[in-house]
Order: sequence, then C-alpha cells, then structure tokens
Amino acid sequence: MVSSSLRIRELCKRYGDFVALAPTSLDVAKGEFLTLLGPSGSGKTTLLSLIAGLAHPDEGRILIDDCDVTHSPAYDRDIGVVFQNYALFPHMTIEDNIAFPLRMRKVSDADARRRTAAALETVRLPHVAKRYPHELSGGQQQRIALARCIVYRPAIILMDEPLGALDKKLRDQMQLEIKRIHRELGTTIVYVTHDQEEAMTMSDRICLMNAGAIEQLGTPRDLYFRPRSVFVADFLGESNLLSATVRGVDGEGLDIVLAEQLAASRAVGNGSRFAAGEPIKVMVRPQNLMVGEGGQLSGRLTDVMISGSLTRLYIAPETAGLPQLVAAHPTRSGSAPYEIGQRLSLGWHAADAVAIHDGKGI
Amino acid sequence: MRAISRRLAWTRAAMGAPLVLLLVLFLVYPVGQLLLLSIYGDNGFTLAQYRQLFASSVYLDVLLITLKISLVTTLVCVVTGYPIAYLISVVGKERKATLLFWVLLSFWTSFLVRAFAWIVLLGRNGVINKTLISLGIISSPANLLYNFGSVLVGMVNALLPLAVLTMLSVMENIDRTLPRAAATLGARPGMAFWKIYFPLSLPGVAAAGIMVFVTAIGFFIVPALLGGRRETMITQLIIDQVQQTMNWGFAGAISVLLLVVVLIVFAAYDRLLGLSSMTGASAPRNAKPSRLSGPVARAGDALLTLLGAISDRIILLLPSRRRDRNPDQAGLGLQAFVWTMLLVISAPTILMIPLSFGTGGLNWPPQGFTLHWYETVLNSPVWTQAMLRSLLVGIGTGLLAMLIGTPAAFLLVRSEIRGKAAWLAFILSPIVVPRMIIAVGLFYVFAQMGLVGSALGLVLGHTVVAVPYVVMTMMAVLRNYDTRLDHAAQSLGARPFATLRFVTFPILAAGMMSSFLFAFATSFDELTIALFATGGLNATLPKQFWDEVTLQVSPTIAAVSTCLFVFMGLLIFVAERLRRRAAAR
Repeated sequence: MVSSSLRIRELCKRYGDFVALAPTSLDVAKGEFLTLLGPSGSGKTTLLSLIAGLAHPDEGRILIDDCDVTHSPAYDRDIGVVFQNYALFPHMTIEDNIAFPLRMRKVSDADARRRTAAALETVRLPHVAKRYPHELSGGQQQRIALARCIVYRPAIILMDEPLGALDKKLRDQMQLEIKRIHRELGTTIVYVTHDQEEAMTMSDRICLMNAGAIEQLGTPRDLYFRPRSVFVADFLGESNLLSATVRGVDGEGLDIVLAEQLAASRAVGNGSRFAAGEPIKVMVRPQNLMVGEGGQLSGRLTDVMISGSLTRLYIAPETAGLPQLVAAHPTRSGSAPYEIGQRLSLGWHAADAVAIHDGKGI
Repeated sequence: MRAISRRLAWTRAAMGAPLVLLLVLFLVYPVGQLLLLSIYGDNGFTLAQYRQLFASSVYLDVLLITLKISLVTTLVCVVTGYPIAYLISVVGKERKATLLFWVLLSFWTSFLVRAFAWIVLLGRNGVINKTLISLGIISSPANLLYNFGSVLVGMVNALLPLAVLTMLSVMENIDRTLPRAAATLGARPGMAFWKIYFPLSLPGVAAAGIMVFVTAIGFFIVPALLGGRRETMITQLIIDQVQQTMNWGFAGAISVLLLVVVLIVFAAYDRLLGLSSMTGASAPRNAKPSRLSGPVARAGDALLTLLGAISDRIILLLPSRRRDRNPDQAGLGLQAFVWTMLLVISAPTILMIPLSFGTGGLNWPPQGFTLHWYETVLNSPVWTQAMLRSLLVGIGTGLLAMLIGTPAAFLLVRSEIRGKAAWLAFILSPIVVPRMIIAVGLFYVFAQMGLVGSALGLVLGHTVVAVPYVVMTMMAVLRNYDTRLDHAAQSLGARPFATLRFVTFPILAAGMMSSFLFAFATSFDELTIALFATGGLNATLPKQFWDEVTLQVSPTIAAVSTCLFVFMGLLIFVAERLRRRAAAR
C-alpha cells in the first residue's frame, strides 16, 4: 500500500510576537501512527496546518519521502486531512463528496465510481451514497470524511481531533474503526488530539506538546512510565508528585529523601541524569500507591470515591510539605468499608517511584 | 387547566394584536382601497382605467424602461458587490470593521443626499468635467447628466450597499474550512472557489438580486434627479397622477401594474430557488439541493468546472510569487478593486463637504471659506422646522415600532403558533409591497381621516414600513437569547414581570436600542410616504430637501447634505459601539 515518511526540520511559526511553534524537528516513519497530543494552544494544530500546507512556516523545512514540500501549496502535497468538523461539502451528495478528490486528479468517471463505492464499503456505509451530508448522523459524517480521505490514497493522512464532536461510546467505536483502517491500508497517519486516553490507545508513538514545543516524544509506555518532566507526568494519567531530594545515584536507581522526612527511600530514574543534593519530584501512580503496605508514609483518609471499576482514596499525608495523595485500587464488593478520618499507612514498590527533574525537563 | 390556557391565549392575542391591527388599518386597507379605486368609477365597476393604461404604448414603454434600468442595476450591483462582500467575509476582524463602516455609511446616507451629490459631481462645472478639462482630455464640458448612464450610476450607488450586505449575511455563514478542505483534496484555488465556495454563496447572490431588483422597480428619486425624460420610471407616473391630476383611479391602475410585476418576480424566484432562501433562515450548512434538476444542474456543474479550470490557468500565468504566499491573504487585485468601489460610492458625498463651505457655489474646485450656507439653513424656519419635525416623527416611529414590534417578535420566537410562516410573511409584506403603493394608499385614507399634514399620520405611516425591520432584528436577538436565564430567574423566585425587568430586558437592551435606531433612521430618511402625507405644508427634512432640489441645485443643499451625512455617521458609530458592547458580553 502507498505510504510515505515525513521529516520536519526546525519548523517554526510565529503570529506577531506570539510563537505558535518554536523551531521543531520530528520524524514520522512510513506507516506509523503518530499522535500530536497537548492542551489547547500547545501548537499541535499549528504543526498539523503547516504539514497540510494550510499555513506557511516562517522557518524550517518539511520533507515527504525526501522531497521538499515546504513551499508546495496544499493541493500539490498529496496529503489527506480529516477536519475537526469534517468539512463535508454541504451542496454535494456523499458520492460527489468522495469523488471530489478523484475528479480533481482527472480520474476517469468509471474508475472514480468504482473507487468511491470501494471507499464507502471500507467505512461500511455503502447505502448512503445518494444522500446529502446534513442527512447523516455525526458518526456517519465522520466516516464519510474518512472515506473521502482514503479514496485517493494520499501519502500521509492528517487528522485534526476527528472524534472531538462525538459522544463517548461512538468515539470508542470510531477509534477501533480508524485503527482497523490504518492496519488495512498501512498509511502514515498524524493524529491530533487533546484526549490523553485516545492518544494512549491508538498511537505507535505520542508527541506530547506544550507551549509551542515538543515536551516528550516516545511510545505511550515511555510517556506513561518514564515521563521526562512534571508536565508529562501530570498530563498523561493521574499521578502523585512528591517533592524529594537526591541522596545518591547508582545506575538506574536513586536514594532519595521525601519532603521533610528523615528516612531514605528508593526510586528509579526516568532516563535523565541526576546529581546528589538535587531537588526532584517523585511520581507514584495512584494504582501503585498501596494502602496498608510498605509504610513509607502515613496519612488520614479525607474522601472515598467509587468510579465503577476503581475505588479512589483521597489522603492527607501527615508529613509536612506533601500534597494531597490519591490511591486507587480495583473496587471489590464485601470488603470492609472505609471511615473518613481513618489513619492509613501508604507504601509503594521502588520500581513504581519515578524520579523527575523538578520544573522543566531536559 | 382550561383557565390557564385561556389566559395564555389572551396574552398571546394582546401581544400580537397591535401589530396586526396596525398593518390591517394602514397597509391592507389603504392598498386595498387604492386597488379598488382602479376598478370602481362613479358608475360602479369599470375597466376604463385599464383600457387607458393599455391604449397607447406610453405606459408600457415606461414599464419596459423601468424593467431595463432595474435589471441592469441589479446585474451591476451583484457583480461588483460580490467581491466586496467576499473580501469583507474573509479579512481579519479589524479590517472587516473598517470595510463594513464604509459600506454602512453609504447604506445609511440618504438616497437624496447621494443622488444630489452625483448631480454636483457630474454637472457641467462638476469635479469630473473640470478634472477631464484640466487634464486636456476634453476641451469643453461633456453632458454627463440626465441620461441612462447617470441614472445607472446613481441607482448602483444607491443599491450596491444593500446588495453587499445581503450577500455578506450568507457568505459569513459559509464554513471557512470548506475551501481549505478542497485544497487538501487537490483542488487548485480557482477550482476550490468555483466548485465549492461559489455554489454555497449562490443563495446570497439570489437574495441580493431580488432585493435590489424589487427596490429598483419602485425607485423614483434617482431617475427623477439624474435622468432625462427617456429615463422616466413607473413610480414617477404614479406621483404625477396623484400630485398633478388627482386621478386616483388611474394611479390605482398603475399601482396594480407595478404590484403584478413585483409579484411575478417573486413567484418566479420562488419557483426557481424557494423564498425561504431569502430570509437567510436556511444556512448554507443545511443547503438543500437547488430545485434545478437533471440536465440543468449537470450543465451548471460543467460550467463551474470549466470556470475553475480557466481561472487556474490564469493564476498559473501570473508571477509565481502568488503561489507561495499565505493562502489566507486576499489578492492585491481584489483589494484594489474593492477599495476603488468603496471610494466610488462614498466619494460624491464626501466631496460635498468642501463645497458646502465654499463661496463659489457648487463649482469645482471649491473656493474660499464661508459658513454662509449653514447660516442660511439655520436661519430659515422652513429648514429648522423640518429638522425638528423629522426628529420628532423619527423618535415617535422608533418608539411605536418598538412597542408594537417587540411583543410580536417574542410571540414569533417563543410560542408555537399555527401558521407562523404565513404570519411572518404578512408582517414582512411592507418591505415587499412597493413603497409608492403604500404611500398613495395612505394618502387616500389619511385624507378621509383628516390625518394629512399631521405628525400622527406620518408616525403611523413610517411605523408600517419600519416595523418589519424591528421584528426581524428582535427575532434575531431573541433567537440568540438563552432562555435558561429566564428559567434560572424564575427558579430563584422572580415572577414573570420581575424576570422581564431584571433579566430579560437588561440583556436585550442593546438589541432593542439598535432596532430603535434602525426604525428611527428608516423614518428620518423616508421620503415616499412623506411626499404625500405631509400635505405640502408641514414638511419633514427629506420632503423639504426634495422640494428644494427639484427646484434648484444650491449650496444650501450641500450644507444640509453635510449635516445629514455627519449625523448618520455618528448614528452608525453609536449603533456599532452598542452592538459590540452587546457582543462582548
């Protein structure tokens, strides 16, 4: 199947004094599913528009399969874009919408009809060909936008928060659908979202952006288990971030002292270099914070929340200088009920405590 | 339960009745009377008036000229207005405000002032002749006035702002990502415009076309001031019949002819495109396939494809700089064209300002400096009384239209009433029926009631033509109003009246203020009804202006024009500030 690699070199975009995208480099491999993740205003949509050719960079280069397309207009780039609001042409039937890119490429009528039907087949909506976009549901419009994009087999498909307007159930279903189509076609996909769960489930790699720059680039596992900065730890999943000081470093492991405690404990590094005496943050995920075991900390229970499969405990630690903690465990029926104000001892395995530079990562 | 539903019915009736009563008494009845007069003579039913109408070719010729002038005006307005509306819809916020200000200023400047400005501009010693002579292009002044060309220029100047604003309302609702999506799908700029943007903007083009055409058919100011005998339009004939011969029956017959033509135009429009596309109710988002079917649609599609391909060829021929510029920036050619057009429609009125301070009459270039013409105006009781009267009638019209229109708008937006579309059509009918027919009908009825020459008559007449705008504005405002706020107030213990007083009205205040200003401006600039209803004595400002300008072209009028121009500019500025403050909330 057709698919191309994408290379971005020192790409930069400013609007007046505002830096929408600081000089950024990024490689996307052939057939890869890469997600641009980040809060709004982080530069992810700017980067996507630059790749699509809908905005012009101030500096830097964009290469598709080693071919410089930095100054090519959108219509010459052979990329496909699925827009956030789908951007289906309201005055054309579904069939005409899907055939539009083929007509622009002067594909013969018979061929266009055949390929349009095949694309509708791929998104499992062959019966809506003669309808108009406003006659379809949001989920159906989303599929048609996808079909219009895959029908001309672009080298790269860009998706700008394509599932943002759908409700949760439909979103889950469409995630699977997009993954299936990605597997079947093997196209390179660059996907923009602000939903971290969506990024985790769908991507080969995630590019987490913040304030116009890349904060961390890696597999979902990398970002989740070895965040390079407090921002990453905070943005991806829930986390407890405890201030600590480094006592000593040996290989991957660190000796640390939590807040104003005296006793030392152990943590693992996130891949950065640490020096003794350095103030750091230690990240422990709620599901790794065990109640009644280990005993590195103790605190009083302030709240209990059962959100379906997980039970969350909110705990005020007795050690000064630590924030409120969250511990989570699978909800079990028949276990002894908690009492608010109850004293709990908390602990974790050293391998689940990850050391992160305080402030910005490297 | 029944008591409550009965009370509800009464409340509704009380909200809608004043408007219906007003329209029945001062629109349906007068127009009906006039139409009846055309078929009832002293001896009962007669078709004599119509026999006279079709006996010679005179009246049909005038009708043909009217149609010709209107059609050419419409074409020019739509074709030149399209790029203006397009540019306004795509530029950034600040540039948009600037462009829009000039369109609005022109829109609100009195037709009279603009037509008068062209008389001065195109006159033997006007700016154009003097400039051409000083450049050595011509040796003696050319006759630029009182021909088809001068009428066309005046008509286009009068109606171009209307065309731009109508098209703009549709273009602003076109999703900007659609042309961008087309680009990513491989469409070059020309193709993206003609295959995507243009078809989506067509409802706006059609609406602008019919609005301009129908307004043009009922026009008399421009042809009367800028045209010669061969540019006489049909409404001028009606004026002649009423003012010179008092021949009501024949005036009625001509009115019927005019009304029939307008109705045929609307019917044809409805057959082709559907009337609903006129109110802008169907946003392009839900654009229905047009009623043109099969081969016509296919031919249209092929034509658009061809246009797209040709434009792209032309773009390729242009210097390559264009290809890598920011795709969001409008071309220089387009900007130059739009600013030229805006200059052409604003310049005449602005050139009036230096002339009004000159000692050399209305000849170009202005000479010296004097306030003499302003003193003349202010010392003349005729002018000052006319100004005062216009202000009073304007304020009265604004208040009455608000008082009657606002409850009706509430009713139309908030309640489920049967036949809503029909009611709406009825309320908007004063816009559709040519103003001249309403004016003559009102004159006839007012004469019976003894209202001719009274301020009350003028207020009533002006309210009839202003109230549709108030209802439309208030309906738009109310549609954007979040009714949950009312529910919240009620849940917090506010009774209906308290809810209105403390929540609903304060939030709607800006919208109400702007519709008041709209009604005020409509009345302040109204000439057609004032032409007859003032009874030749108690003139309003436009009527006084008209009487003067048809007698002689004097610098005094330039002074009055300048005052009106500045006054309207201030009014727009205030209205715009109010609108922005409302939008900022």
